[in-house]
Amino acid sequence: MNQTISLLVVDDEESVRTSLHNWFREDGYEVGTAKDAYEALQLIERAHWDILLLDIKMPGMDGLELQRRVRQVNKDVIIIIMTAYASVDTAVQSLKEGSYDYVVKPFNPDELSHLIRNAAEHIVLKNENVQLRQDVSQISGMEEIVGDSPQMRRVMELVQTVAASDSTVVIRGESGTGKELIARAIHCHSPRRYFPIVPVNCGALAETLLESELFGHEKGAFTGAQSRRKGKFEMADRGTLFLDEIGNISQKMQMELLRVLESKQFTRVGGNQTIHVDIRLICATNKNLEKAVEEGSFREDLYYRINVFTIILPPLRERKSDIPLLAQHFVSKYAKIMNKEIKEISSEAMDILIRHNWPGNIRELENAVERAMVVGKPPYLKPQDLPFQLAKEALEEAPDQDSLAEVEKRHIRNVLNRNHWNISRSAMKLGIDRVTLYNKIKKYQLRK
Amino acid sequence: MSCVYIVPLLELRPQTRQRLCVAIEQQTFWSAELLDVPFDGQFAYDQVREQYHSSQILLGLKNLIKPGTDKILAIVPFDLFIPILTFVYGEAHLDGPAAVVSIYRLRPEFFGLPPAPELVVERLIKESIHELGHTFGLRHCRNRGCVLNASTYVEEIDLKTHEFCAACREEIVRHAGK
Repeated sequence: MNQTISLLVVDDEESVRTSLHNWFREDGYEVGTAKDAYEALQLIERAHWDILLLDIKMPGMDGLELQRRVRQVNKDVIIIIMTAYASVDTAVQSLKEGSYDYVVKPFNPDELSHLIRNAAEHIVLKNENVQLRQDVSQISGMEEIVGDSPQMRRVMELVQTVAASDSTVVIRGESGTGKELIARAIHCHSPRRYFPIVPVNCGALAETLLESELFGHEKGAFTGAQSRRKGKFEMADRGTLFLDEIGNISQKMQMELLRVLESKQFTRVGGNQTIHVDIRLICATNKNLEKAVEEGSFREDLYYRINVFTIILPPLRERKSDIPLLAQHFVSKYAKIMNKEIKEISSEAMDILIRHNWPGNIRELENAVERAMVVGKPPYLKPQDLPFQLAKEALEEAPDQDSLAEVEKRHIRNVLNRNHWNISRSAMKLGIDRVTLYNKIKKYQLRK
Repeated sequence: MSCVYIVPLLELRPQTRQRLCVAIEQQTFWSAELLDVPFDGQFAYDQVREQYHSSQILLGLKNLIKPGTDKILAIVPFDLFIPILTFVYGEAHLDGPAAVVSIYRLRPEFFGLPPAPELVVERLIKESIHELGHTFGLRHCRNRGCVLNASTYVEEIDLKTHEFCAACREEIVRHAGK
């Protein structure tokens, strides 16, 4: 225990106050004493105390009345009642009214020591719990989501809106657009954030495996089921279940899934015990579910059950203004992982990245930057560090397609991004004065 | 040089006195010697509890030495208490001059076990250094091997050593040098 626990001893007998004061001080506690309930109330008002040791019999206001008064203003403080008589009635009454424990005077040193140690550990754990909850609340779950384009800002607004509700969400978008990150962001902003988010890639598992993965199985349910295993539904209880590639599940699984979503209960494979769960469902797919419904490969009732709120993630080619930000984010990420001194991307290399079509979306961009970081040398990534295909495309396409104005616009934007929009430094690099740079920014409608 | 004066209220064998003095000198860096004074602690006897009030013994001891320069440790054969506790093995003034240790509950006979004189000497040395540590301003230590680890069971005394851990030793050097 690193934090100092504070203790207030309230007793009308001076010898008791002195003895306990010295005893607890030797144990490293911060100790205060009060000769009666009135003095105690003043001290409680002035400072924070973790533990109160209250004598039950005191002239004026007794320990039980003092406990009641304290409880009105402080529900958390630990109260231990001291009594000279082993009266079960008063002890029970004090416990009923919220004391942590009671001790009979004179105390056995072992008992007192253990009682206070346990109470102190209780306080430390409680404080840790509060701290961790605050930490979890502060994790926005959006740090990994990079993008300042209007499309992405709209997506983030939708995330914030839907997170507060308990509705099922379908996230749609091409492969590699970051659907799982969006699911995590929704979960991190939802009231369920203190419980787990459990992802399942439905497309990666065969039907029988998926069934056991989702619902768990009992020992001996099938060959290889050597012990009982919890399924993802159970693991996600009170949290969020994220079913990725939901468009790929079989008809049988669609029916099973619909049943669980309707009844919120299921049985493990090979078992007969009904298990109740409280989950929020987030699904993701890169398939056209409406078309799948039309073709009969996706159940219409399941479609309507899950399709409560839809978030569509734009492909990277439709939000090219996010590419410099994303690329820089991955450079910083891999510079840290690989312990490399590469901090930036050259304007030529950035041009290539912006011009590429990115069919694999953000995943492809991340791979390209990771690969470049492996072969690249400080201080910045150059075109030859990029995967061969990208550089080749750029060489083939670049010369004739862009007008001079487009080349200038792109170059200015790259320099600004590399210099974190520091106008003076960017102007110096470009060899123009600040006013000219401002005019160019206005002309090309460049934004940070 | 500052000194820890030891006042035994029971017969200690010369060998035990010698071991106690050496251990105190090695651990506190102060000299240790026996003090021959007429002090029996009877004034601290509580007829109701049939025990001796250790805080009153400390007050009596304090008057036997030069204030501010030396420390005094009484070793008593009788059972000690403070009003709120059923018993104590010893007591000390935190960052003060006086300490007292009782061997009453350090003897295995108290628990109905056969006598073990060597074990009692070891426990006495540990408790003496423990209480003296408090007089140097040190509080209980969480290191289980450190002599300043709190002991409410006699078995806990047996588990720790008679030495300060590195952190407490540093504190002792700082305080003892004052």
